[in-house]
Amino acid sequence: MQENVKPSNKTGEAKRRARFIRVFFGRKAVVVCLAILIAILIAAIIAPYICLYKPNKQDLSSALLSFSAKHLLGTDSMGRDVLTRIIYGARISYSVGFVAVLFSGIIGMFLGAVAGIVGGVADSVIMRIMDAMLSIPMIIMALFLGSIFGKGLFNVIMAVGISMIPSYARVTRGQVLTLNGLDYVTAGTICGAGKLQNAISHIIPNCLSPVIILMTMNLGTAILNEAALSYLGMGINPPTASWGGMVSDGYSYLSMNPIIAIAPGVAILIVVLCFNIVGDALRDALDPKLRGALK
Amino acid sequence: MEDRKLLDIKNLSVVYNTEDETVYAVDGLDISLNRGETLGLVGETGAGKTTTALSIMRLLPQGIGKVTSGSITLDGKDIMKASERDIRAIRGNVVFMIFQDPMTSLNPVMTVGNQILEVLRIHNPKMTKEDLDRSVDDMMNMVGIPVSRKYEYPHEFSGGMKQRIVIAIALVCEPKLILADEPTTALDVTIQAQMLALIHDLQMRLNTAMILITHDLGIIAQNCEKVAVMYAGEIVELGQIERIFNGELKHPYTRGLFASIPKLDSKVKRLEMIEGLMPDPTIQVEGCRFAERCKFAIEACKDAPCLNEVESDHLIRCHLYDKSDGGRQ
Amino acid sequence: MILRRLGQSIVVLFLVTLIVFLLMQLVPGDPILNYLGPTATKEQIQYYTQLYGYNQPVIVQYFKWIAGLFHGQMGHSVTYNIEVSNVIFSRLGTTLMIVIPAFVIAVIFGILFGIIAALNRGNAIDTTISVIANAGMAMPLFWIGIIAILFFGLVLRILPVQGYVSPSEGIGNWLRHLVMPVGILALGPIAQFARQTRSSMLEVVRQDYVRTAEAKGVDRSVIIVRHELRNALIPIITVMGVQLGSMIGGTVLIESIFNIDGLGNLMITAIKSKDYMVVENGVFLIACAVAVCNLLVDILYGVIDPRIRSAR
Repeated sequence: MQENVKPSNKTGEAKRRARFIRVFFGRKAVVVCLAILIAILIAAIIAPYICLYKPNKQDLSSALLSFSAKHLLGTDSMGRDVLTRIIYGARISYSVGFVAVLFSGIIGMFLGAVAGIVGGVADSVIMRIMDAMLSIPMIIMALFLGSIFGKGLFNVIMAVGISMIPSYARVTRGQVLTLNGLDYVTAGTICGAGKLQNAISHIIPNCLSPVIILMTMNLGTAILNEAALSYLGMGINPPTASWGGMVSDGYSYLSMNPIIAIAPGVAILIVVLCFNIVGDALRDALDPKLRGALK
Repeated sequence: MEDRKLLDIKNLSVVYNTEDETVYAVDGLDISLNRGETLGLVGETGAGKTTTALSIMRLLPQGIGKVTSGSITLDGKDIMKASERDIRAIRGNVVFMIFQDPMTSLNPVMTVGNQILEVLRIHNPKMTKEDLDRSVDDMMNMVGIPVSRKYEYPHEFSGGMKQRIVIAIALVCEPKLILADEPTTALDVTIQAQMLALIHDLQMRLNTAMILITHDLGIIAQNCEKVAVMYAGEIVELGQIERIFNGELKHPYTRGLFASIPKLDSKVKRLEMIEGLMPDPTIQVEGCRFAERCKFAIEACKDAPCLNEVESDHLIRCHLYDKSDGGRQ
Repeated sequence: MILRRLGQSIVVLFLVTLIVFLLMQLVPGDPILNYLGPTATKEQIQYYTQLYGYNQPVIVQYFKWIAGLFHGQMGHSVTYNIEVSNVIFSRLGTTLMIVIPAFVIAVIFGILFGIIAALNRGNAIDTTISVIANAGMAMPLFWIGIIAILFFGLVLRILPVQGYVSPSEGIGNWLRHLVMPVGILALGPIAQFARQTRSSMLEVVRQDYVRTAEAKGVDRSVIIVRHELRNALIPIITVMGVQLGSMIGGTVLIESIFNIDGLGNLMITAIKSKDYMVVENGVFLIACAVAVCNLLVDILYGVIDPRIRSAR
């Protein structure tokens, strides 16, 4: 483990950055996935300008239509254009994904750092609580929290976010404990640095790397969880378009127009897959030696 | 008894093909070894010593390491042309390699007894269980590990003891050749001497030949009869140990190696060193590879020198000793 | 030591009860009101609230519950109007019937595919397996379920689209109802196991002791099993523990899609209808199951890796 954390070093920095860029962008798959993700992001942002229809506008006379020139992916049971709803659904998925992951990452990292640095009773208490949270499967935890906070975007973010905190706490704490044992941290103490100073200048910067990698890898999970919540009816409020909710709507009309249920699932699949591939590449680029530690 | 050489390597060239570049690890190597002989292979990291050893056992990293020319004949068999089955029969039985780091050379989830047993059983399928066990016990005694510890796991042993286990694995099938790649570098100095004495002792008993790879001239002096000095993938000096250690004729690189050894009886402010670094192995160098670091470089060094026989059983690859040039000391 | 882990697990389980209990208190709504409906009279509300002890101080409610647990009593379900343990355990069997086979299938096939991929590193077989595994992990569980229903149920018409049938009503029928739920629940974990196995094997292949084994002249297939696989299993076991937990979460979705009357579906209904006791006890039971699994994983570590055995 000695080699994967380095004290600050200017010339080393430039070399590492070059290597990072080479490894990360080197694979074609990664570039393609990034392009897709960015394209979807842009589409979601400028949705009102590129969509022909309004996502919530009902038109019962054109309900349950299949592929056509007017409606590329057909319409759902209330005559709403499926393609438009998918693009608008991307807004939900991206917002929940990024915000929930950021939220849980920061809080989790903080808790893990405290547990690792302060140690003692604080460590035991925090980690036991994290263990307890991990004992409850994510979906059930999210369901629970969802029922407490209610439906709606903010609440879904909270539910999904809170359920992911323990994994960041664990990883951060593990990293802190490893770092504490390393020689250059001890050297810092010998030079007279207090625990807090040591923490800030040496330990925290080196925790960022695994946490960031975990965040990218968790983006996909967050999106899947939000979709599951929406599917079960505990997520985003209808009539707002969300991919999970659309699948749920489509379930009842499976025999009449399967596209309604299938299309949003394909969207989820593509986005999550791309995030996963990018996440893997990020991990390989930042430090291949962490591959084992972050499963 | 045939007067055939045990090991005959002719004109061996090995490259490593990675995604980004090609590394020319070994270039035109010639080595031969008789039964029971000990050859020291000396040189800096990256000189090609380990690559040579791996080639003898055909253990180069698959897909990356490639022998581009030359032949290796071991105990009469052509290693390059041998089938998978033949090579497996040779490995462990005729030749074995002791790797540098004993901490990672042993399988962590197998008992040490079983690891010694494994190599014995593969090459002696007809041996009975009792005989196998007895041989393992005998071997453990010979290397100094209590037989009672047969069922323990590698992590329960110290580095020195782990290396002894590896030596036991190496010699239990009584191979004709041992390749020892820096077998003591990872061990304490106090253990080093013990280990080398052990290896030497077993070698004598079983008349095993050995190629001892190291960067430590002291070890070479105590254990080897012949020495080959490698630099940048080539052998630059080859000869009997007395000639090279005590004699006056040396390759400039060898001279530099000897000069940089700290001596107890002289007062020096700084250790002597050889300026510069080995050439980039991804580039094929024209001319003498050592020329840019050599204090004695002359005009002729633009062309690659060959191995010249400067006295009996002593070859040096240097234009300074090239008789056709008129030779200069 | 195992005892220490056991002690830790018990502490964690206590924390779980605390967390679940407190969270449940935060859920808006009144279980009695929910149960009785909007036409309830004041007297009825008061009566039932007192009957089921919901008017007592929160702390008392908590300790009554915990005390009851030690006697195997889980309290009263407002929605079903019977003892909670009846409600839960009658459905537990169904859920287990789905989770356990799915887990076994996932482990066997996942590791198998992972080994195949690792052995064929770089070529078409490896790429195919890796791509499928990656895709498998990215697919939403409920969506695959729906596609399967569409394909096998509606289009091909070979499998039933809903429900669960107990084996007493005919083995063939029982199996037919199980194929889709079990298969789909197993898909994600198969992908995870395959990925982890592949990367573990590739790690192990580079190790020095594998080179030692080759230098001994050991046969390739023997090296794979005796040297590589046994060492590669160690991180795979970690994944097993994680996957079991997530599969329990997955049953919630599966049961919802296929309309199976199991523990997962029960949780959804209970949370929605604010049936305190069912939710608290259900989640507690699930957490116990997860804790037991983690303990088993720890024991398994000790069995496979002698270094961990010694450290204990």
